[in-house]
Amino acid sequence: MAELRPMAPAAELLPLEIGDAKAEEINPGHLTSLTAIGDGMGKALEKAHGMAWPAPNRAAGKEGARCLWFGLREVLLIGPAPNKTLGRHGAVVDQSDAWCAVTLEGAAAEDVLARLVPVDLRVAHFKRGHTVRSQVYHMNASITRVGQEKFMILVFRSMATTLVHDLKQAMAAVASRG
Amino acid sequence: MRIDCPICGERERREFYYRGEAVALDRPAPDAGEEAWEHYLHLRENPAGERRELWHHDGGCGAWLVVTRHTTTHVIAEVELARDMKGGAA
Repeated sequence: MAELRPMAPAAELLPLEIGDAKAEEINPGHLTSLTAIGDGMGKALEKAHGMAWPAPNRAAGKEGARCLWFGLREVLLIGPAPNKTLGRHGAVVDQSDAWCAVTLEGAAAEDVLARLVPVDLRVAHFKRGHTVRSQVYHMNASITRVGQEKFMILVFRSMATTLVHDLKQAMAAVASRG
Repeated sequence: MRIDCPICGERERREFYYRGEAVALDRPAPDAGEEAWEHYLHLRENPAGERRELWHHDGGCGAWLVVTRHTTTHVIAEVELARDMKGGAA
């Protein structure tokens, strides 16, 4: 009988290092979208996972357990399995297999994203703990600064190859300028 | 062209999808009659001037916006969340 093994969306494409930028796929653990219905979910999130409900364009937590603002009335819990109490206050949806998570880091990371994302992601405007829902080239994406020179990018799983292609082109273009 | 999304902040036009005149906020009642429904479905004003439009921030937060835009200068006078308008809650 065939043995099935889990495979990450960009497993055969990453890591990739060009110039001063490095793209790596990460395994973020559980991805759970939370949509509050009523007022209780923020408190439940804080009690269960120790993170405040993030305001628009902000992220809470740190590596291993984050919570990203993810759109209108929606946040994404990354890392831990969602506590059961959250389900009493809104919609809790497992999206663990739906996203491809990639980190882009290095001195050139900002310049690479400047070629792809129509939002100013330089550190003066976009600090650690900031996040955006925007686009990587033509793809809807979630981008979060997770370090001084490090970003986490989420795109739909089915777009993993396109993401790597777009990153590769931009990384090569930035590197070629020296 | 940039649109100042009330949730995300100022963003580039490519993140937005254009729906058209904001008639959906003023939907006739089911029994309003043929004339009202024909007007709602098919007839549009086409002014060279300011108009209210629906835009969707599909490349961002996902909100529907009511954008007041001048069709000759593209100056955007106002951006509001459709959900805050009468008829926009659904």
